Amino acid sequence: MISRRDFIKYSLQGIAVIAVPLTAIEIINPSKLFASKGAKKIRWGFLVDTEKCVGCGFCVKACQNENEIPYDINASRTWVERYVLTKDGKVLADSPKAGRDGFITGRIELGQGKYQDIKNEDIEKAFFVPKLCNQCENPPCVQVCPVGATYQTEDGVVLVDRKWCIGCGYCIMACPYGVRFFHPVYHAAEKCNFCYHRITKGLKTACVQACPFGARLIGNINDPNDEVGRIIRTERVSVLKDEFGTKPQVYYRGLSKEVR
Amino acid sequence: MVHGEIWTLKELFVYPNEYIYWSIQIVMYPFMTGLVAGAFVLSSLYHVFGIKELKEMARFALVFSFALLFAAPMPIVLHLQHPFRGINVFMTPHFTSAIAAFGIVFFAYGAIVASELWFLYRKHFVEVALPLKEKKDKGLFEWIKFLVFCSLTLGVYDLSEESLKRDEKAIKVLAGIGIPVACFLHGYAGFIFGSVKANALWMTPLMPVIFIMSAIVSGIALCMLTYIIVMEVRKIKIKSLRKPWRSVRLDSEMSQEDVKGAEISVIKITAKYLLLFMIFAITLELLDLVFRGYTAVKHWDILRTVIYQKDFTNIFLLQYTFGNLIPFVLFLIPGLTIRRAIIGLVLAMMGVFMMRWNVVIGGQAFSLTLSGYMEYIMPIVPRDWETFKEGLGGAVSIFVMPFVLFWIMARIFPVFNAEEKPAAH
Repeated sequence: MISRRDFIKYSLQGIAVIAVPLTAIEIINPSKLFASKGAKKIRWGFLVDTEKCVGCGFCVKACQNENEIPYDINASRTWVERYVLTKDGKVLADSPKAGRDGFITGRIELGQGKYQDIKNEDIEKAFFVPKLCNQCENPPCVQVCPVGATYQTEDGVVLVDRKWCIGCGYCIMACPYGVRFFHPVYHAAEKCNFCYHRITKGLKTACVQACPFGARLIGNINDPNDEVGRIIRTERVSVLKDEFGTKPQVYYRGLSKEVR
Repeated sequence: MVHGEIWTLKELFVYPNEYIYWSIQIVMYPFMTGLVAGAFVLSSLYHVFGIKELKEMARFALVFSFALLFAAPMPIVLHLQHPFRGINVFMTPHFTSAIAAFGIVFFAYGAIVASELWFLYRKHFVEVALPLKEKKDKGLFEWIKFLVFCSLTLGVYDLSEESLKRDEKAIKVLAGIGIPVACFLHGYAGFIFGSVKANALWMTPLMPVIFIMSAIVSGIALCMLTYIIVMEVRKIKIKSLRKPWRSVRLDSEMSQEDVKGAEISVIKITAKYLLLFMIFAITLELLDLVFRGYTAVKHWDILRTVIYQKDFTNIFLLQYTFGNLIPFVLFLIPGLTIRRAIIGLVLAMMGVFMMRWNVVIGGQAFSLTLSGYMEYIMPIVPRDWETFKEGLGGAVSIFVMPFVLFWIMARIFPVFNAEEKPAAH
């Protein structure tokens, strides 16, 4: 018969033995090791030049093709917004079908099947703003995920594990930019991931490649020779909704105050 | 179709991916946990603070709280896109998330309520199990009953005065620990909303406190209501057994006292606590509203149109007038009757439900663009599983669940001291 003293002693020894290999794994964390080997850490950043966007919607189509988003759903990883300011001071904005089919008429969508026709002569100014996930430095979606299915990679991109996501929707609620939705097939949270499968292989994202006007650029902003990094450092750029403290990494050129 | 598209109506400029993602089940979630917390606090008023008038209500409220406890996490499970992955929360809890610890808090609270119930009913379990143990020729039903109660005793048959005294002490300690845990369980539900910085309506540190206060209101109201119904039904049942044409005689000890329905004195005392917590809840809610209007930051423009125009009926008519003001007046008018109490209680519960609705659905009534609106059209007739569970059917099922559980549990935990024994000899 084992005595109580021995029982406690052996239990503690057992726990110590189990605990040792676990600590060893923590010390040689492969991902940390890999990250520390590089000369300088990669940080993916995105630059949107709103002055160049014409609202053709090629980026939206390319994104849907690339990322298994069913063509006809009313949600998208990236979208283009149209802003129209009329001479009487009204601000109207829309993004029908995420801007996928381009903006070919002067009709502004008002929701519930209603439209408003704006005559060209009534327009004071109008412009397009492409939107995508901001891959925040301080992502609220990652903070609120109860199971850790959405996470930030070492190079700053926020990813979603479709096989682990429970579909609670807390991340969708937490994102101030409204970039997330539920994938209609996988029923997991879905969002732009800077085409992580492409950029990690040295390719451009689908939207950057599809844009005929160079309104979208992606690069490693930590690289002194990178164009995106250079523009962000040396020119006047802004970010969306910085009041939330999310530190977005999608930078905008020519952003107007009306942009939401 | 994207999740949420079917019940969302968009107006003006709304981001393409925005829909009402948190629908009726997320309204039910804080409503049900609120009832759990409220019922427990009510039972603790007797066990901890020794408010004698609530003795009868206390047992009842505790059993009811336990029944409600099982129903509380169901809305979340039903709302998940992957309900079977819900277990992931326990496997890889990500503790920066306010939802991650829900399981831990929930089970901790469940353990407290279960142990308190055990100490409270230990004597009863032994009293049922012992005679059955000695009985030689048990029928099938008696065997089942014996096995259930025998296991429930956990092998402890000591009913000495000393041990019973220790039970009472344990109940007091558990109820004492239970109050902050119950408040935490529910304040935590408030935190889930209050900490969403992206949502202009939700983000306020007052949210957890408002949730706790209104939770206690709803919990007390539901306990009182169920208490009245159970007592009245019992009265009618016993009265019908007394009819001269029935060949049923009641036990001699079944005096007139046992046959009377809900006691108005109990109702009056409990109503006082209901009013007290209602005052706290309304004060905090109004403070929040006034503060938002006074500071009028960036999002106030859109919040104002939602609060004063779009959701006016839901907020000012259904929640504040019918849900708060009218029950308040009904309970304050002297000479409270059972009938008046019932009306007041139903309205008070509706008020709390509407408060949850106005927070959860109201918080999604405006777009993140701050220049568009969304409206939730609750699916009434289900088209598929999704429209059932996130529609009227799902909500009603969740609401009915604790009553069914309570009915089953009342077989094991008799909620009244004088047991209903219309012995038919």
